[in-house]
Amino acid sequence: MLLIYCPYCEEERSELEFRHGGDAHIARPANIADITDEEFQDYFFLRDNPKGLIFERWRHIHGCGRFFNAARDTVSDKFVMSYKAGEPKPNLSGEPTATEKTVETYEAVEGIAK
Amino acid sequence: MADHALRKAPLGRHHGGSAGARVTPAAPATRLSLRAGEDAIGTLSLAFGLELPRRPKTSASVSGRHALWLGPDEWLLIDENGADLMGIASGVSALHSATDVSHRNTAILVSGPDAAGAIASACPLDLGNAIFPVGAAARTVLGKIEVVLFRSGEEDYRVECWRSFSPYAFGLLVEGAEDAGL
Ligand SMILES: [Zn+2]
Repeated sequence: MLLIYCPYCEEERSELEFRHGGDAHIARPANIADITDEEFQDYFFLRDNPKGLIFERWRHIHGCGRFFNAARDTVSDKFVMSYKAGEPKPNLSGEPTATEKTVETYEAVEGIAK
Repeated sequence: MADHALRKAPLGRHHGGSAGARVTPAAPATRLSLRAGEDAIGTLSLAFGLELPRRPKTSASVSGRHALWLGPDEWLLIDENGADLMGIASGVSALHSATDVSHRNTAILVSGPDAAGAIASACPLDLGNAIFPVGAAARTVLGKIEVVLFRSGEEDYRVECWRSFSPYAFGLLVEGAEDAGL
């Protein structure tokens, strides 16, 4: 079970208390009625789905109820850090990200099992 | 037709537990879901006669009335003596939101040396003495449902849950009480 640090409760709590809220730091265009369909598509539908570090919104729905942001590694599922909603996106460019070599992936384990 | 309504407690006929953890339905109480900003906390605290807690997982209690911190601007108020909490709230002019949830919730009391073990059978919260001491309170989950957990004494816990979920919560806690005693 994952433990996720809630910046409002100021402690790690079980993943069972949280709900995922999609990508963080997606700014809604101020001129939403004027933008083209392509621009709207970019803003509304298209996400990067990166392998590695991702910034996401999470909600401590069965705890304090608050939305906050968190940086997570999509390979290892490790929560690198979390911070309050509205705070700037932290610079984590120096943070090492997980690879298939450092993390036991499903594919690798299945390979061994065979 | 009856002249007046009869109160039917959601867990009226339930009883259970083990030698180490008694599981009992709590007596009816009045409850308030209270939301307020920083600037209204002082006025509301005066009106309710207790200091609304500002720190995560803390509570304040004065003679059967409890204020549990649920979030940065959210509290659950419980009055075991059935005081008119809505009446008190309506007399406060500072901006706040108060909803009477007296009958939305019911509570289950879990007491005894195995009480924490019984709750931990279905709740992911760390119930250790250092991190969840007497007076600690938190909204969390119990099995498949959301609950508010309040540690009212060294070996006493109050599990607040929605009325319609209470037979499920009760059954789960009874199972937990039996398992904790093994
Ligand atoms: Zn929280």
